[in-house]
Amino acid sequence: MSDRGDPVDGTGVGAATSADQSGFERPGEVPLLEMRGLTKRFPGVVANDKVDLLLYEGEILGLLGENGAGKSTLVKMLFGIHEADEGTILFRGEELKPSDPGDAIDKGIGMVHQHFQLVPPLTVAENIVLGAETTRAGGFMNRRAAEARVRELSRQYGLDVDPTDVVGDLPVGIQQRVEILKALYRGAELLILDEPTALLTPQETDELLAIMRDLAADGVGIIFITHKLREILAVTDRVTVLRRGKSVGRTLTADATTESLAEMMVGRSVVLSVEKPPREAGEAVLSVNDVQVRDDRRQLKVKGASFEVRAGEILGIAGVEGNGQRELVEAITGLRSIVSGNVSIDGQEVVNRPRKVREMGTAYIPEDRERDGLVGPYSIADNLVLTHYYEPPFANHGVRDFEEVDKKAELLVERFDIRTPDIHTPVKSLSGGNKQKVIVARELSDDNTLVVASQPTRGIDVGSIEFIHSQLIAARNEGLAVLLVSAELDEIFSLSDRIAVIYEGRIVAQRDPAATTREEIGLLMAGGEVREDSAA
Amino acid sequence: MPLLAVAFGLIVGAVLIVVSGDNPLVAYRAMLEGSLGGSDAIGRTLEKATPLVLGGLAVAFAFKAGLFNIGGQGQLLLGAAFSAWVGFNFDLPAVIHIPAALIVGGLAAAILGGLAGLLKATRGVHEVISTIMLNFVAANFTEWMVSRDGPWKDPEGGAIARTPLVQDSADLPRIAGLPTGFLVAVLAAVSIWWLVNRSTLGFEVKTVGSNPKAAAYAGISVTRIIVITMGISAFLAGLGGAIQTLGVNGRFEPGFQTGLGFDGITIALLARTNALAVIPAALLIGAMDAGSTLMQARTNVEPEVINVIQAMILFFVAAPSVVRWILQLSEAEDVDTGVDLATGWGTT
Ligand SMILES: Nc1ncnc2c1ncn2[C@@H]1O[C@H](COP(=O)(O)OP(=O)(O)O)[C@@H](O)[C@H]1O
Ligand SMILES: [Mg+2]
Repeated sequence: MSDRGDPVDGTGVGAATSADQSGFERPGEVPLLEMRGLTKRFPGVVANDKVDLLLYEGEILGLLGENGAGKSTLVKMLFGIHEADEGTILFRGEELKPSDPGDAIDKGIGMVHQHFQLVPPLTVAENIVLGAETTRAGGFMNRRAAEARVRELSRQYGLDVDPTDVVGDLPVGIQQRVEILKALYRGAELLILDEPTALLTPQETDELLAIMRDLAADGVGIIFITHKLREILAVTDRVTVLRRGKSVGRTLTADATTESLAEMMVGRSVVLSVEKPPREAGEAVLSVNDVQVRDDRRQLKVKGASFEVRAGEILGIAGVEGNGQRELVEAITGLRSIVSGNVSIDGQEVVNRPRKVREMGTAYIPEDRERDGLVGPYSIADNLVLTHYYEPPFANHGVRDFEEVDKKAELLVERFDIRTPDIHTPVKSLSGGNKQKVIVARELSDDNTLVVASQPTRGIDVGSIEFIHSQLIAARNEGLAVLLVSAELDEIFSLSDRIAVIYEGRIVAQRDPAATTREEIGLLMAGGEVREDSAA
Repeated sequence: MPLLAVAFGLIVGAVLIVVSGDNPLVAYRAMLEGSLGGSDAIGRTLEKATPLVLGGLAVAFAFKAGLFNIGGQGQLLLGAAFSAWVGFNFDLPAVIHIPAALIVGGLAAAILGGLAGLLKATRGVHEVISTIMLNFVAANFTEWMVSRDGPWKDPEGGAIARTPLVQDSADLPRIAGLPTGFLVAVLAAVSIWWLVNRSTLGFEVKTVGSNPKAAAYAGISVTRIIVITMGISAFLAGLGGAIQTLGVNGRFEPGFQTGLGFDGITIALLARTNALAVIPAALLIGAMDAGSTLMQARTNVEPEVINVIQAMILFFVAAPSVVRWILQLSEAEDVDTGVDLATGWGTT
């Protein structure tokens, strides 16, 4: 009954069908939200193709899917940003056709966008009241009442937000709570969270999940969009999986496993733990000796880091973001000057000239792919030669050779399975995972000796993560030295041959993954005490 | 879209002409005749368009690197003064004299522009501020050079501040009735187009303009590109001044062509920063300027109406959403570069 008209294709979504008998639908109860056959077309793509969705009061629904699967589009129709081409939305059993977000808010729907819509110089209370109707005649806002109400809501859901704080001074995690408060303040009964954990630290994520549980316990329905299977399993009641605009699986979370969800998402079975043959590491390729580096505000951010990465090994640097990883990586790749100490690659000292460092055999996958690694309006082809555009065969004596560029691009798009209609498509129109594949293709396709990969899979879908992990392992197997910097413990543990922990600009420990635990590394990342005995 | 903007500008102008009690058809007819009716008129249009092509190129090229060069006026003055100096001070065969005067004029301007680039790249001084300030420096410097005690003063000029006339060998001739200066400008436009779209330097310039962080990541020296871009941009503006000197005025007089540097912005916008499109855009504005004299002679329309029309064209080009709103075009139909212009100039 629930798979109306859109049978799950043959990829084995057993959970969805068996769920039907075990409370997937609750006869006699009016669902908080029901979507029937929702379709949305954009020029050239069907972003949502007859999507069904079901959610009861007080439940958390996980909306899962790779980048570009149509998750945001679906909730934007619910929030009145897009108008559905076909299909109906029932909210508490009544047809809902929000004309714009304001209308959706009036009907009791709240949405927290991935990019916050806050005014940084205003206080929390001012932001929350902005545009809502607790204004007095003449448009003056009743600050007192607003602050009191915000404080009350904040206490009720354990949000711990001070209404008088200035938003611009707050960390990302708290700003997000302000967004949630904003929605609750306007009486949201259904809250949409579009990839809310993408920007959060592991700790902030845990706190957010706890808040979501509190909200649900109070009767608020939540649609939670994420890529991360762990989060889906931890907090949701039911899951809808989208793939290429279609709802390919609907199940109660209790009936799902990491593997079954991953399989629905990518449409084939996914290797979640990577195959990594044992391998003897060779000579040191990268050596970092007592390096100090300043950040953009000229504060010392790396305070004496030393380590080596040898040929044929992956050294994983674990750490909570903001402990000097960015500055360290930029110093190694020549983008930032080194205050003291030195870095050498194959015995050659690194200078503050990125092109020189590249030419010494370094590939670099940067942490912020949109900001550092790609030029959005450029074609995929131009981005694939972004670091080699000036050399033969891509250019001769300062004249670009577009035939050669295109030839290379065709090759890489094929080899790295970059999903795009054309190599001349602007790279900004690709999904996150495909953008990252463009960078990985560019960086891992030449002859190098060192790969520096910073947060290489942040915010991308499972299928692409699997692919990028396998590429990094392949580089290691070919004898390259790989420096992996990641805040994801899963990633660190599944890829690293050795683990180093960075805390407040220092490498506080180095461990053999086989001889340590997630707990120990987690503790070290948080600045906990070091057990000296197991140090390498 | 630019064509629509031109049409809108002309319609607004027609309304103004009607309001001031004249017949817009008569006025526009006179304008057309004065700019295109006969080889004299066409020659005048091309002459007016020449510095506009170069001024427009200067702005358009700088914009590729995300830079807003509004120092065209000062750069043009330097180009004009230095080319005049080479023109009157040296005795050379024409084949050497003309290129030398043009190039020296351009280089003098390039140094001024490069300085603004250097201030931006190393000290973070916004190029809009520095180029405006350097406009004053250039205006005062060139004025002093030809003033009573200045080294380039025309000894026969009496109280008039100006250089001597350039030698005949530095005079820009006409080739097949076309002003050579215009041909040089067209050549410059084609070269810039090629540079932007086909060379590695152009790729570097555009990369710095689109994403300076990614440019640094790719190993491009952002400092170097900013200085080079401002230098080339200013060279173009200076070349405009040099051609005006050698081809039209015959000497340098301070303060000539005031406002020309700013017309470059109109033209760059009209051409949406495409180097080849700068040519028709400059011809359009040049034709209006050339035709305004006859228009005044035949009607009572004030020449300022032409300025209003040009300003309206700029307005409609810079604000495509306004045009779209007027025409009720759908959002999906056209994603306009005008939007990019607006954001790009704010960010760097
Ligand atoms: N405003 C839009 N115009 C055209 N295409 C769009 C628009 N928004 C999304 N798309 C396309 O619709 C598809 C689904 O996108 P989206 O809903 O953002 O995916 P997700 O949130 O799952 O990553 C993608 O192919 C995307 O390129
Ligand atoms: Mg999305």
